[in-house]
Amino acid sequence: MFESKSGILLIGGIGFFLFAFLSNALVPILLYRHLPEQTVEELADNQNLIYQFEDLKNRYPEQFEKYYGEANQENLTKALRLGSHIYTGEGCWHCHSQFIRPVSNESSRWGKVASSDEFQNELQRPVMWGTRRVGPDLSREGGRRGNDWHAVHFFNPQSLSPRSPMPKYAWFYDDNDPSKPNERGLAIITYVQWLGSWLEEYPDYEDYQPLEDQMRNPLE
Amino acid sequence: MSEAAQSSLASDDGAATLDHDHLVEERLVAWYFIAGLVYLFISFSGGLMMALQLVQWNPLQGSEYLSPGRWRMIHTNAVAYGFLANCFLAGLHWAVPRLTLKPVLSRPLSYFIFIAWQVVVVSTAAGILMGQAQGIEWGETPKWIDPLALAGLALVALNFMAPIIQAKGPLYVTLWYFMAAFVWTFLTYAMGNIAPEYFVSGTSAGAIGGLFIHDLVGLFVTPLAWGLMYYFVPILLKKPIWSHGLSLVGFWGLAFFYPLNGIHHFLYTPIPDFLEYGAIVSTIAVEFVVTTVIINFFGTLWGSGRAVVTNLPIRWFYTGMVLYFITCAQCAMQVTHTFQKLIHFTDWVVGHAHLVMFGVFSMWFFGMMTYLFPRLLKQSWYSRNLCEWHFWLSAGGILVMFIDLTLAGIFQGYFWASLQPWEASIDGSYPFWVTRLFAGLAIIGGQLAFVYNLWKTWQLSRRSAAAA
Repeated sequence: MFESKSGILLIGGIGFFLFAFLSNALVPILLYRHLPEQTVEELADNQNLIYQFEDLKNRYPEQFEKYYGEANQENLTKALRLGSHIYTGEGCWHCHSQFIRPVSNESSRWGKVASSDEFQNELQRPVMWGTRRVGPDLSREGGRRGNDWHAVHFFNPQSLSPRSPMPKYAWFYDDNDPSKPNERGLAIITYVQWLGSWLEEYPDYEDYQPLEDQMRNPLE
Repeated sequence: MSEAAQSSLASDDGAATLDHDHLVEERLVAWYFIAGLVYLFISFSGGLMMALQLVQWNPLQGSEYLSPGRWRMIHTNAVAYGFLANCFLAGLHWAVPRLTLKPVLSRPLSYFIFIAWQVVVVSTAAGILMGQAQGIEWGETPKWIDPLALAGLALVALNFMAPIIQAKGPLYVTLWYFMAAFVWTFLTYAMGNIAPEYFVSGTSAGAIGGLFIHDLVGLFVTPLAWGLMYYFVPILLKKPIWSHGLSLVGFWGLAFFYPLNGIHHFLYTPIPDFLEYGAIVSTIAVEFVVTTVIINFFGTLWGSGRAVVTNLPIRWFYTGMVLYFITCAQCAMQVTHTFQKLIHFTDWVVGHAHLVMFGVFSMWFFGMMTYLFPRLLKQSWYSRNLCEWHFWLSAGGILVMFIDLTLAGIFQGYFWASLQPWEASIDGSYPFWVTRLFAGLAIIGGQLAFVYNLWKTWQLSRRSAAAA
């Protein structure tokens, strides 16, 4: 058996592979079979994200009009899909992870530890966990910075973070102008703002108060 | 083994139909190696670009086709599917017919596979450059190429299984590894590229992604590479493998434990803990299996240790084996939760990957090429000195890169855990990234010496052929 062709092909080749697949892949599939997989349409039905999408329209009205038209649910879905495609195609996930571990103070830096339900959706197919962090984790990035910050940062990361090794993404813009994000630029910003938008801790800018209000003594 | 094969060659079927020229399509072996070298340099360009980007010296900015993010994926894919796969096919075309004393299924099919595989690799690179990468690490091959690649793998298996199935009597170790690898490579590629794309998402997709990354190393590269070692080392040392029993332990240990390792790439994820522990225990078990294989090969070397100094291919092989042992010893430690806490996501892992892909498997191929090219070209090497430069620049370069990236990883891990601003970890990595750049340049320099040597040797072979 140990040196025969059928033993090697059937037991070693197929048998052990199948055993590993059943125990290491099928078990998690069965464990999570009751977690519904959300579609992009369902993901787009999210007030935080709709707020960001409308904000993009307000900040870049001409560009937004040109590539997406209305800031409605349908276009948000479209932008989110394209953004996810760009995130994959540009290899963003090779320098940014998308999961927070319960160790190394990661939850202090970024927020809530990752859980399975967060990844049970169409945009995590294949899952974008990543295996390397040259830049920070992005799974809680949404809402932390404004759309204009992202527009400038994708155009020239070093202008905002001088030592950053992140490449410049000039092809996300028309006329090589950071104030003119194109279809891809608007999509990738939407995608980044989506990350973490399902969490309660997503920063809520509707509650934002001007600096002078914050400085005012509440007892006055 | 080879002596037994030689004697059966003379007695059984008559030497006329079984001589080397009949069995081995030498031109194809050379073509595969040269194709592999071309992709190796494409991969180097991607690696160099990433290295320059990290230290902010990358002069090529502004074009999406020169994006370091996309070229990073070309770097890894060109190594796996361009360099390694082509070199494996070269080795298989040499070793399988000589071991089985039967030619491959069909020579036209062999040439068809050669061309088809180059089409697959070039389209993969083109697809990635156009931003169509699939979100699976090491499987970024655009979705539409996956069925073609699978068909190619099936044809490869068919072409080589024909002579193996016909071979009579007990099979030699090399053929165990090859047979299993044909099955595993196909299954691994199908599982990794199809399941997380079309059937499952999220955590389950992550588990399969982990299996895929690891199976590509463990069930495609490792068995084919060890199969070739079991073939070439005894031939070069002119003695049999030390222990047949240990060969059995090595093969079956790998076959059982290696497929169970994948999830160790994603510890502390939402993948259940008991699966993570299963992967960790299996990984440590692999280390024990690897130790038996290493003992077997050093037992074989015992008594002819001088060959490491005098015989360049043997030196390549055994340097690779020492580094393989280091890689696996490192692996048994770094898969534990204790290490993962610190080193996951850091350059430690990048160093580990380079050590195994370049320091082990590429080194073995350089050994095979150093041995085979003079036989394929019927011309000894143009310069022994350049062969030495090739070895020392490669070995020195990878050693510096490995130590450098391992240290960088430890620093990065502590920077992050200390909750300093993210930029602190970038600043701290900078000197390591500069060192890595120069280590990489040394490696590239070594390969340039090799290619120049090969070019001059080819010219000499043309001249002597013309004279004859």
